Amino acid sequence: MTNATAVVLFFGVTAYALFGGADFGAGIWDLVAGGAERGERPRALIDHSIGPVWEANHVWLIFCLVVLWTAFSTAFSSIMLTLYVPLTLAALGIVLRGSGFAFRKAVTRPRDRRNFGAAFALSSVLVPFCMGAVAGAIASGRVPSGGNAGDPWSSWINPTAIIGGLLAISVCAYLSAVYLVWDAHRIGDTDLSEYFRRRAVVAAVVSGVIAFIGIFVFRTDATYLYDGLTSRALPLVVVSAICGLVSLGMLLRGSSMWARLFSIGAVAAVVVGWGVAQWPYMLPESLKVAQAAGPTGTLEAVLVVFVFAAVVILPALALLFTLDQKSLLAGEGGADQTVAATGKPGAPR
Amino acid sequence: MNASLLAVDSVQWARAQMAFTLGFHIILVPLGVSWAFMTLIANYRAIKYDDTDALQLAQRWSKYMAVTFAVGAVTGTVLTFEFGLLWPTFMGRFGPAFGIPFTIEGLFFFTEAIFVAIYIYGWRRLKPWAHFWTGVPIVIAGIGGAVSVIAANAWMNEPQGFTLNRAGKVVDVSPWSVIFNKAFPYEGAHMLAAAYVVGGFLIASVYAMGMLRGRRDRYHRLGFIIPFTVAAIMTPIQMAVGDSLARFVYNNEPAKFAAIELVPKTNKDVPETVFGHLSANGTVSGGIRIPGLASFLSDPATGKNTIVPGREANPALGANGAAAVSPIANGPTIAQANVVHLAWDIMVGLGTLLALLSVWYGLSWLFKRDYPKTNWFLRIAACTGVLSVVTMEAGWVVTEVGRQPWIVHNYMTVTSAATTNSGVWLTFVVILGIYAVVGVTTILVLRGMSRRWRESGDVADSDVPYGPSDSGILGGDAPQEVPVG
Repeated sequence: MTNATAVVLFFGVTAYALFGGADFGAGIWDLVAGGAERGERPRALIDHSIGPVWEANHVWLIFCLVVLWTAFSTAFSSIMLTLYVPLTLAALGIVLRGSGFAFRKAVTRPRDRRNFGAAFALSSVLVPFCMGAVAGAIASGRVPSGGNAGDPWSSWINPTAIIGGLLAISVCAYLSAVYLVWDAHRIGDTDLSEYFRRRAVVAAVVSGVIAFIGIFVFRTDATYLYDGLTSRALPLVVVSAICGLVSLGMLLRGSSMWARLFSIGAVAAVVVGWGVAQWPYMLPESLKVAQAAGPTGTLEAVLVVFVFAAVVILPALALLFTLDQKSLLAGEGGADQTVAATGKPGAPR
Repeated sequence: MNASLLAVDSVQWARAQMAFTLGFHIILVPLGVSWAFMTLIANYRAIKYDDTDALQLAQRWSKYMAVTFAVGAVTGTVLTFEFGLLWPTFMGRFGPAFGIPFTIEGLFFFTEAIFVAIYIYGWRRLKPWAHFWTGVPIVIAGIGGAVSVIAANAWMNEPQGFTLNRAGKVVDVSPWSVIFNKAFPYEGAHMLAAAYVVGGFLIASVYAMGMLRGRRDRYHRLGFIIPFTVAAIMTPIQMAVGDSLARFVYNNEPAKFAAIELVPKTNKDVPETVFGHLSANGTVSGGIRIPGLASFLSDPATGKNTIVPGREANPALGANGAAAVSPIANGPTIAQANVVHLAWDIMVGLGTLLALLSVWYGLSWLFKRDYPKTNWFLRIAACTGVLSVVTMEAGWVVTEVGRQPWIVHNYMTVTSAATTNSGVWLTFVVILGIYAVVGVTTILVLRGMSRRWRESGDVADSDVPYGPSDSGILGGDAPQEVPVG
């Protein structure tokens, strides 16, 4: 049952990386989209595609935190105790990001839009870095267990954690760019599609380079992780590399749908690979998953809620994503769905 | 003050930060829980009676709601982090029990996030009744989510459903017993009713203000009547729920009750003290005393002869892995008891005022088939938003400060639960700044939306979070309003 709960936790982490990560990436592209005029079209596409889904994507983070503190409370407590600096920064970044994004959509003055947009975009870089650094700190065994705090600074300012942070930023940017190529393609905007395709290629290459450097860094700085990645998790590392390369090839060939699927595969394999590499540890070499797990009753409750969520939430999520995609179709300027749906054209009241 | 001075007591800073961020978030909760319900009332009217004013109201409300929901979601996320950042020892030990209601809350929050998006998004794209039904899960999820969080808070007051081993580790957990703890039905009902009372008054007060400024059209009238009626119906119910909760506290949490009623020594025929305070030597001074009333209210069956436990009556504790404390130290300090008592007086006083106003409103409907048409009524109604928020905050102070010094009643003190991180003062100051900006901006943004819509007489889909963007830039499909047919 402990293993099943750990799988549920990692399911959440992977979902957050894939969905939440892409939203962060969109913020990163928003940041580098240039001045108000030049960046208007890419920013509009970004708004368009993450607008309705970003809150639901954000909930995966809450899911991970809640499962962690309920089912693996000692690990949660140790992580928070040691890594309070990057986690506080991430929490503040999330406030700025969420409210900045919401407010930007609700105001009209260009100056207001720019300020809220800046808050949204800058924190879109800060939060993935902090999250990646937290992952790196945990994976490199710098979070001690048993109520002792590790060093508040060197635990996350070290080679592995920094690689983790940079990799998180570049992977978010990569995922997001690939999704946006597909979205632009669907609304038939070839300019924007090309715009994000070029950026997706750059982000894919950068991610690959960081991951490659990471392997050498881990070898000396995070030996347990390195050993895991080169043994237990090796198949996943290979799958991730292959998916990454295929997705890059598809991007170059202009096949955005396949690029999207393979980019998801590449990122999911890396996240799951991280989990497998540090197995059976929750906090490498100081706390095993089995030691961190709560009592049976608690784990049962978490699993039951998860099954219930799968039955209730997944169809609702599917509905949301379907409607989101439909809106992109409507944007092509074809059939006016509103007319079809209500039987009346948009007459003034 | 220099940094080392500020850093002295991380417990007090952690407490201050938690209190501030929770106190901020709790204002957004009623809107998240009850606004969708009121929006659906307007939406129902709009479809059923082909009422364009109601339709416009429902559309605008759903869009304001999107902003408050987004801010509530991020401030709620901060709380999620803070459980670990500020109270690592508490979470490390009691996470397996305390966390269970939150897993269920997560489920509801997920549902809410999805359907808020679908509802706001669906105005133009779904058929009217189908669209209406996508709003219903928001109402259910709002109720479920709020009640789940309160289950966790009630558990802190009445911890049960777990076993500790010798080392103080939680070894056996019964999820049902944790969720349905003794305090849960009372606290859950109380907060749920509060969400509808506060949400109703908050929204109604904005329209009351508009009507006082001369905007007495049908649109404003509806915008006032719908939420005010909801609040006016819920307020008397809330009084009854509050009364039974108080009696529950009397029976189960004597230390909190002694602080609420300002009772130094266990006695019968205890007076109800309105205002007043405990002085340093532990006796009551000042205030207005109503003879025997505290005893009478505690149990009307035995009337004035009801024995009310005083502050000294708490059992001394050394069990449950908690440090041994004297009876007095087992409950709030004198300063804390004074805070609890004052907050109690404010809550009951303002609650009564709101109930009287509700009765006035109800009688007016009964006899005149309309709300009271005097400006005095509208002036008071315009204040009910702020007043009801103060009432709710006061009630929350009663339950939290009244539990001191415990974080988990009789199991773990706040002091032993807190982080030892000496930098909390800094995060508190930063959070204070950020929240001030976010709070002010939220209000400005909502006012800006309202002004813009009033001027243009229309509402566009593009200018709200979750809503589809102004796709004019992306070609075709310019936003347009479609009246419900």
